[in-house]
Parts: sequence; C-alpha cells; structure tokens
Amino acid sequence: MTSAGAPERSGTTRGGGTLYRGDLGMWSWVAHRITGVLTFFFLFTHVLDTALVRVSPNAYDAVIETYKNPVVNLFEVGLVGAVLYHALNGIRVMLVDFWEKGAKYQRVMLWTVLAVWVVVMIPGFYFMMERTISELVGGH
Amino acid sequence: MSLALDKPRQPRRPAARRSNGELYSWLFMRLSGLLLVVLVLGHLFIMNILDGGVHRINFGFVAGRWASPFWQFWDLAMLWLAQIHGGNGVRTVINDYARKDSTRFWLKMLLYVSMVLIVSLGTFVIFTFDPNISN
Repeated sequence: MTSAGAPERSGTTRGGGTLYRGDLGMWSWVAHRITGVLTFFFLFTHVLDTALVRVSPNAYDAVIETYKNPVVNLFEVGLVGAVLYHALNGIRVMLVDFWEKGAKYQRVMLWTVLAVWVVVMIPGFYFMMERTISELVGGH
Repeated sequence: MSLALDKPRQPRRPAARRSNGELYSWLFMRLSGLLLVVLVLGHLFIMNILDGGVHRINFGFVAGRWASPFWQFWDLAMLWLAQIHGGNGVRTVINDYARKDSTRFWLKMLLYVSMVLIVSLGTFVIFTFDPNISN
C-alpha cells in the first residue's frame, strides 16, 4: 500500500489521485480476461473430446492418449495455472465488490492471490509432471 | 427580473427503455463463479493431480465415475455453469473490442451457436452414456 493512512480517492485527478491505467490492478484485470478466454476455448475442445465416450471406448481412449503426451501434459499445467489464477482473482473481485473493506485491501489481496498461486502450483507442477519427467529421463 | 430556470434537475431517463439485463449478468458472474471455484478446482484436482492424474484416465475410468449420480450431477452443473459463465465473459470481451457493429453481431452469433452446441452435446452425452457400448 502506498501513502499509508491517506484516503484512496483523495486529491485531484492529476495530483495525488488514484491511478488505474498501467497500475497493478489493471494487469490483474488483463490477466483475468486472458485466462478466462483461454479456459473457455479449452472447454469447447474438452467437451468435444469427452463426447467421444458416446462413439466408442477406443475412440475415447485414443484421444485421451494425446493428453498424456509430454508437451500436452505441460499445457495441462498451464491450464491449471490459468484456471487457478482466474478462480483466486475472481474471489478477490467478489471481495472488492461485496466486502466493505474490499477496495481498501485490493492490492494486498492481489499479492495474496499470487502467493497462494505459487504455493499451490509448486506441488501441483510436481504431481502433474512427475510421471512424464521420470519417463523422459529414462525411468522404467 | 427573476431568473427563470427551466428544469434545473437532470431530465429523468426514459424508464421504459432500460433493462436490468447487465445487472443480472454481473450478479450471475459472481454467483456462478463462486460455485465454479468448487466444481472446477475439484474437477482439476481429481483429474490432473490425484492418484496418478491424467495417466489413469480412460473409458473405464469415465464409466466408473458416471455410474454415480453424484458425479453425473457435478459434471452437468459444471458444464452448464461454465458454458454460461464463460460465454457471458466472451460476450463482454466481444462487446469491448469489436469495432464494427456487423463484426460484433456475427462474433456473438458464432459464440451463441457454439454455446448451444456444447451445452446440448455435453448434456446429451451425460444423460445417454452407455458403459457397455461396443468398441
């Protein structure tokens, strides 16, 4: 938080007013959009591939094999990372909207979002990539 | 001479032409978002991280899950909420960035068609899933 104690909306627009454009809050919004749109496109693909269970077990198993490919596996880590950010930042947006102190603590909450994201993604990466990496470096 | 002020207040907006659609859309994003946090993060955790993650998924795994009405309902709710939540988000993005009215119109038509297609297909698959289907 900058200027401790000072009201957020004090001052004129050009003086010590609030800055949105180019500030961290704007980038959190940009990232929210990008992760949301990417997830929506993936959902389109994912419902189509799951629909193959209605065609035949072989057709479904064949397409699911592509999800186990090392490169695609890495994309899955990216997908989980995108969805996790979108979820955590979405909770932050709800707190800003509905919690009386939300706007005051929006910046602290963004850092909390990023910290939780890192703490979850480190073991997440490990468990998602464990088998792929051990096979790549020549295990079993 | 007295100063005559004609209607010093702001003119009232014509009430009949306003709708609360965008308010409901805003509220829906928050309510569905709250449910999706549980549904989607739970789904990702089970499918990608728990117990071997994606490597254990195959037809038999899906059949085992959808034998339970609980997971059928979970997936159905997730499908509908995620499609409407995501579709509404993309609608906002199109409204923000499309420069021509015709572009905006056709992009949104494409979006709505894809939403109806995905929700219908997904719902059909969940309700008609047959674990004994032939290869």
